[in-house]
Amino acid sequence: MITARALERRFGDKRVFSALDLDVADSEFLVVTGPNGSGKSTLLALCAGLLAPTRGEIDVAVPRERIGYLAHEPLVYRELSALENLDLYGRLYRIPERRERIGMLLERFGLWEARRERVGAFSRGMAQRLALCRTLLHDPDLLLLDEPYAGLDRDGAELLDGELAGLREGRRTCLLATHDRERVASFATRELALA
Amino acid sequence: MTYLGDVAALARKDLLLELRSRDTVPAMVLFVVAALVVFNFSLPAGSGTLAAYGLLWVAIVFTALLGLMRAFLAEREQRILDGLVLTPADRSAIWAAKGLAVLAFLLLAELVALPAFALFFEPVGAELVAGVLLADLGLAAVGTLLAAMAAASRARELLLPLLFLPLVIPVVVGGVGASVAADPARYLGFLGLYDLVFAILSWASFEYVVTE
Amino acid sequence: MSTSLRNNGAVVLAAGAAALLLAGLALAFYWVPNAPVEGFRQRIFYVHVPVALTAYACFGWAAWKGLRLLSTRDRRYDLESYTAVHMGVIFGALTLVTGSIWARTSWGVWWSWSERQLVLFLILFLFYSAYFMLRYSTDPGPRRANMSAVYALFGVVLIPVSFLAIRLAEGLIHPVVFDRNVDENLAASQLVTFGVCLAGTLALAGALYVNELTGKRLDERLRELREALA
Repeated sequence: MITARALERRFGDKRVFSALDLDVADSEFLVVTGPNGSGKSTLLALCAGLLAPTRGEIDVAVPRERIGYLAHEPLVYRELSALENLDLYGRLYRIPERRERIGMLLERFGLWEARRERVGAFSRGMAQRLALCRTLLHDPDLLLLDEPYAGLDRDGAELLDGELAGLREGRRTCLLATHDRERVASFATRELALA
Repeated sequence: MTYLGDVAALARKDLLLELRSRDTVPAMVLFVVAALVVFNFSLPAGSGTLAAYGLLWVAIVFTALLGLMRAFLAEREQRILDGLVLTPADRSAIWAAKGLAVLAFLLLAELVALPAFALFFEPVGAELVAGVLLADLGLAAVGTLLAAMAAASRARELLLPLLFLPLVIPVVVGGVGASVAADPARYLGFLGLYDLVFAILSWASFEYVVTE
Repeated sequence: MSTSLRNNGAVVLAAGAAALLLAGLALAFYWVPNAPVEGFRQRIFYVHVPVALTAYACFGWAAWKGLRLLSTRDRRYDLESYTAVHMGVIFGALTLVTGSIWARTSWGVWWSWSERQLVLFLILFLFYSAYFMLRYSTDPGPRRANMSAVYALFGVVLIPVSFLAIRLAEGLIHPVVFDRNVDENLAASQLVTFGVCLAGTLALAGALYVNELTGKRLDERLRELREALA
């Protein structure tokens, strides 16, 4: 599904990684680990197509509407409500039966009560849950998750465990970048450690 | 048709955001009125009626600039553009929607500015209004693209005036011409040409400004 | 192309430029007869207009390279487009200077808003200076290359649009104070002189372009090698 050869990405003079080869097959659950600055987020952004490689090439066999990307930021408008944000993404992703799907996800992540509140008033954990809703909204084939557990409280983390288990069972392809290997070791089919 | 649907959804979002925060339009309205008042003091006696029209257009351009400075603020600060860019929607739809929103804000500001101008200075004729409408299209089209560029730089809003002003000099010429010339049709036609050319260019190149 | 051949090409271009310019200037100042109305002063035309046309050519070249970058996503074009803009700005500044001198010798003023070329170049100078501001304040990378290319395209479209605007503005904004009594039909000798000067300035721009581009690419290569060794 993802093939990368001699991948390199620079920001100005700073080289985040170089000469990276990667092969991710369908249904793999790849956990990407490494210290800060090792390029985990950069690698995910490259897979998403948000960044172009400085050198080398990367090929993702999935069209962009089938990719679910969870970034450091929740990528939602703080002045809009959870419902409004997901409705916008829902329209842009042309999701059939949009309202039902949004309602289901909000419920699943425990945000239904707060659905009409301004996202700016959300706690970090709630915003992260909303970000997860946004990522899963269009039922993507390829998931790119950058530190998904960040900011989640215990309940939220358990919810996420359940989600990841479901994805694993559904044989979705996942790339998950994290510090916390132990948490996701049970889901991982493979691990990639960036220097 | 989904293209128009995307533009509508995005434009609705932009208008909704402004309705909630209410910061851009009031600022633009206040600015343009304040500018007109300043002009009264900057025009020496006997400057002639025509000078006032010139200053009106300066005010309009700078009011547009003010509105544009904040155009991509949320998208930039919260990196939301990444989220929008990943959707299957055409990236130019983002430009069209944002441009429509900016246009709406500018029109609202002018709804106050033109009567104020007529009150303080000179009468506002049909050609002037036509010129303003055409000019607004050009300002919004070009400005939205440039605002996205500025948002991607380190200098952010500081860069926008530098990029914007040289490109809109033709708009000022067209607008002033439509306001004072004996044959405004020529200038209105020119504004239409500017709008067409730069709208197409902006529409086609927006994709490259927001992706790598 | 092997290095020696490439080096030779650049040297030939530079030598050719020097030769053409010397010839052109000699022709312009010694051979071609005085213009009927303006007299000796008119000779600056043989410097001013070729320089202006060369600037246009540079901006056009930059836009072309920008278009290539956007369509192929090959980042080599970024440096080429940037260098072309750089050349364009240099020649643009020269145009403003020579145009100002011409205005001074013709009418006794250093600036005239009724000089279309001069006003156009002022606008372009502003525009392309902002190009450098844009590049300077954006981190190097694919995004900056894309935006520079788009901006270069806008520039080349701005040229005719601005020219039109300036013409429209003429009667409207500033009275046409000075009018150049240009005899539209150039005599053969004038044409020849003009042609040689134009070829010379174009060759000069080309030589400078190649020189700067080579230098910048060497810098790039050096940086890469340093990194690889580190």
